[in-house]
Amino acid sequence: MQAYQQKAEVVSTEKVTGDIYRFTVKAPDIAADARPGQFVMVRAGDGLDPLLRRPFSIHQVAEGGLVQILFKVIGKGTQAIAGLQVGQHMDVLGPLGRGFVHNTMQEHYLVGGGIGVAPLLFLAKQLLKKNEPSAIRVLLGAGTKAEISTLADDFENMGLGVQVSTEDGSLGKPGLVTDLMVPLQNENKVMVYTCGPYPMLRAVAGVSSDKGWACQVSLETIMACGLGACLGCAVLRADMNGYVHVCKDGPVFDADDVAWL
Amino acid sequence: MALEEPDMKISIGSLRLRNPVMTASGTFGYGEEYGSLVNLHRLGAIIVKGISLLPRQGTPPPRIAETACGMLNAIGLENVGLERFLSEKLPFLQGISTPLIVNILGDTVQDYEQLAARLNEEEKVAALEVNISCPNVKQGGVAFGTDPGMAHAVTKGVRQHFSRPVIVKLSPNVTDISEIAGAVEEAGADAVSLINTVLGMAIDIESCRPKLANIFGGLSGPAIKPIGLRMVWQVAECVSIPVIGIGGITTPEDAIEYILAGACAVQVGTTNFINPKASEEIIQGIGAYLTEHSMASMQDLIGRARRV
Ligand SMILES: Cc1cc2nc3c(=O)[nH]c(=O)nc-3n(C[C@H](O)[C@H](O)[C@H](O)COP(=O)(O)OP(=O)(O)OC[C@H]3O[C@@H](n4cnc5c(N)ncnc54)[C@H](O)[C@@H]3O)c2cc1C
Ligand SMILES: Cc1cc2nc3c(=O)[nH]c(=O)nc-3n(C[C@H](O)[C@H](O)[C@H](O)COP(=O)(O)O)c2cc1C
Ligand code: FES
Repeated sequence: MQAYQQKAEVVSTEKVTGDIYRFTVKAPDIAADARPGQFVMVRAGDGLDPLLRRPFSIHQVAEGGLVQILFKVIGKGTQAIAGLQVGQHMDVLGPLGRGFVHNTMQEHYLVGGGIGVAPLLFLAKQLLKKNEPSAIRVLLGAGTKAEISTLADDFENMGLGVQVSTEDGSLGKPGLVTDLMVPLQNENKVMVYTCGPYPMLRAVAGVSSDKGWACQVSLETIMACGLGACLGCAVLRADMNGYVHVCKDGPVFDADDVAWL
Repeated sequence: MALEEPDMKISIGSLRLRNPVMTASGTFGYGEEYGSLVNLHRLGAIIVKGISLLPRQGTPPPRIAETACGMLNAIGLENVGLERFLSEKLPFLQGISTPLIVNILGDTVQDYEQLAARLNEEEKVAALEVNISCPNVKQGGVAFGTDPGMAHAVTKGVRQHFSRPVIVKLSPNVTDISEIAGAVEEAGADAVSLINTVLGMAIDIESCRPKLANIFGGLSGPAIKPIGLRMVWQVAECVSIPVIGIGGITTPEDAIEYILAGACAVQVGTTNFINPKASEEIIQGIGAYLTEHSMASMQDLIGRARRV
């Protein structure tokens, strides 16, 4: 697969809320080839510590060769990246991995948890090219209203129906994102696309399977190369016999193809 | 007027390399993974992920932990095995002009011999690098690399079944690396490469568990460069076969240090993950250094720091 290493100029930075940032960089080659669900590996500065690149989903691409990432500050890598100013450069490698497959399903449910909404915006845009907005449903879960309200607006502004759940009940339905899924009844063929923390993915995969809906999950593992070279990103196969590699075989998998531990 | 490209050719036994920079085993996949990011034709040699007779699944995740200026890995020598290497990976490498070096590993001397015999039939395989040192797998690896007798036996076995150069890759996790180097030289190795990863660990203080499922892993990256450099110096002191320096090389300056210490060539490992273009930058940087310091060839540089 074709990947590019680009010194991408930071063209805008946005503090979405608290510790969540949205950065736009100019990386024309990556923008041209990117598909929803793919990711980039970003170098956090020029130094040797932190050493490894950090993986981020491609949040959006835009005219003019722009690539956007939406990220949460976790440790020193994301902290360093959040400190970049407009006009500075970010060393970006991508687009990497296999993204979401969207086929001829009649309805599409986009299920995001917290920062896991990142790749779903790009996916929604792509889906809208071939589907009526009414065929796309967005279900978002988060801890609090602050974490999710701006992101929920982005989907609403695209004309999509959005339902939200928060653990503290400050927005939408109190509880987990799966609580939004359980009541849904649907006779049509449904594809669920989900990204978020592991326990949420497992629960979403479980509900989807109970309902007979197909489900694609975007997984996260620690990564060194992002290119299929180091074999560090192994995840157990569904048959428990050997591993798939998140950076190359994923990050998006059919929920039936991986073991849920 | 542009200066003429300096002569960067080196030899390892009968193997001639256009420059002294190779990619280290396990950090460059089977070459193809980096095909769109690196000019593969420009490299001194490509060393592929270690191959065993049969495929290996490797260790459970987490397999990686980042540490200060380095990383720990416990991949467990996951690889596609000899047959799939030959049918799925070799065809791509056959289209690359750069010499191919295949890294091999096994549980027994017979495993190594069988691998050597089969790979001897493939002309594209310019040399073998014998991994006797991987610290990740509970069986195999460790015993060969830490015992002079076993290291001698494996080297001799491979030597007898492979007609082109045999490079033996040494483990730093020993008390006296010179002793092992001497043993493999005596057994007929054409060169030694060092160092493999340094055994280490990391603990997550929130979960109160080791960060790697395997508990221990191999430390690599800039953090280990001083160890690699010291060991290259020691080994170059006691063997007369070529020494290939590995460990934490990220810049041309790092590579030049290794060459000054006595290495005739270097391997770039973990750095491939961070800057895929590093090997090409290092080739260019060594060339520029030779020119700037009016050195006619690599021979002027190799081991220069040791000359009195
Ligand atoms: C395919 C993929 C897509 C991702 N997309 C996004 C995204 O769009 N937005 C976002 O905010 N985060 C995303 N993540 C998670 C993000 O990579 C981590 O939050 C980030 O690497 C943390 O780095 P740090 O230095 O701040 O944290 P530290 O904890 O200091 O990092 C230490 C090491 O652990 C790794 N690490 C820590 N958390 C994770 C994690 N959850 N997943 C993988 N590696 C981790 C780091 O890369 C680093 O190697 C994604 C991860 C993957 C694998
Ligand atoms: C992820 C990873 C996998 C590796 N796999 C192998 C291997 O299969 N065989 C081998 O001989 N060395 C292997 N190594 C060791 C490297 O080739 C090299 O000796 C070591 O990483 C030190 O160099 P560096 O600091 O430049 O990475 C591996 C290293 C890493 C980081
Ligand atoms: S991160 Fe290196 S193989 Fe997936």
